[in-house]
Amino acid sequence: MTIEQKDIFKIAAHHRFQWEEAQQSHVILFPEGMVKLNGSAGEVLSLVDGKNSVDQIIASLKIKFKDVEGIEKDILSMIQFALDKAWIEKAN
Amino acid sequence: MATQNNGVAVSVTHTQPLWLLAEITYRCPLHCAFCYNPTDYDKHTQNELSTEQWINVLRDARKLGALQLGISGGEPLLRNDIEEIVVEAKKLGYYSNLITSGVGLTEKRIQVFKEGGLDHIQLSMHDITEEINNFITNTKTFELKKKVAAMIKSHGYPMVLNVVIHRYNIGHIKEILDMAEALGADYVELANTQYYGWSLINRNQLMPTKEQIDYAEKVTNEFREKIGNKMKVFFVVPDYFSDRPKKCMNGWGEVFMIVTANGDVLPCHSARVLPNIEFPNVRDKGLMWAWQDSPAFNRYRGDSWMKEPCKTCPEKEKDLGGCRCQAFLLSGDAESADPVCSMSPHHHLIEKAIEDAQNPVLQAQPILFRNDKNSKKIISGEAKELVKDFHTTP
Repeated sequence: MTIEQKDIFKIAAHHRFQWEEAQQSHVILFPEGMVKLNGSAGEVLSLVDGKNSVDQIIASLKIKFKDVEGIEKDILSMIQFALDKAWIEKAN
Repeated sequence: MATQNNGVAVSVTHTQPLWLLAEITYRCPLHCAFCYNPTDYDKHTQNELSTEQWINVLRDARKLGALQLGISGGEPLLRNDIEEIVVEAKKLGYYSNLITSGVGLTEKRIQVFKEGGLDHIQLSMHDITEEINNFITNTKTFELKKKVAAMIKSHGYPMVLNVVIHRYNIGHIKEILDMAEALGADYVELANTQYYGWSLINRNQLMPTKEQIDYAEKVTNEFREKIGNKMKVFFVVPDYFSDRPKKCMNGWGEVFMIVTANGDVLPCHSARVLPNIEFPNVRDKGLMWAWQDSPAFNRYRGDSWMKEPCKTCPEKEKDLGGCRCQAFLLSGDAESADPVCSMSPHHHLIEKAIEDAQNPVLQAQPILFRNDKNSKKIISGEAKELVKDFHTTP
């Protein structure tokens, strides 16, 4: 599936996304497994909430991380990765 | 900081448990021949932790970092406080999983679990035939399991099926996977029997051939191709048929913590078979001490305990020498390489076990089912001949 700017995604059913104090990272939890996310993956998925569209996520992160070059490409590849892993699903 | 007797500081662990397995009771209405529970479990059925003690375990483990919670047994539903435990787990932020045979799951209870925030239910299934289901579990539970599967689905839970694979059902993998699909399973774990506890005693009667396992894996891969993302199928490879040992529990005291029915804190399911280790109990010094400082949890952390051939092995980081329990049970030396490893001086024991399992005389020996009577027999030493080949205690 190719990602469009207007697409809205949410955390997939039976998955949970949360901040873990002990790990100092975001995690994704699902039956039989979990994934500890790195900082940038955590930033992106924090905004995947069933409300923000992909272009809104990109806009927010562009403001937050002004000096990061090529951020748009990174965000899109992160969303694609999460989608391929079935951590997130289409909400619109 | 942990210190040795001479006062020299030793490395302090920075590991955190991610998984907490609460083996909440050893009581079980099923009597599976392959159960990994300790054969002397009957010793631990009278002194189960109370609800309050379990809640404290959950709190303390969460503080240490645990976030995946398995509520297991025995059959956890034999306790009537799972409802309270589930609510507490949710409050603490665990991703919680009830691991059940399905016996004792009612519409009323599942509804309470759902409202309480239980995240998923893992149901054990045994075969597509009533005959084999009832034989291997020594109970009449075939119809019940199908009903429970439907109940789990209808309450919006992800359907997670666990099927332990052995000689009696390995020829039915395709049909088992078709059944899982028909039941609407989201995850299926085909867990080849690992030989600990009751399954070790019944090894000759349970172990399939290499050809059967290769075929089962081929069928599983074909099914995966067909089903795609709709269902996740895990095939847990049996280590006896591999020449490299498994990185057992992802390392001793690295990510897993088990608290047993009577409050013992273990780094793996069968650690109590190991000699000369005193495992901590939550009734004594608490979980923090157990995980970080107890001699038991530090005993096989890292690789400083290793001897040859592990010590200088280029693969030691990869598998950490395999399983300590398996090393002890088969060779009598917990610090030796896991006999599964082709470089182990005890590897012939694995080859012999595979050979024995094809011996018609040994195959025909009666199965010792997991039940209280047989557990008492093992504790009293009455069933000595069954354990004579293993360095198991008692």
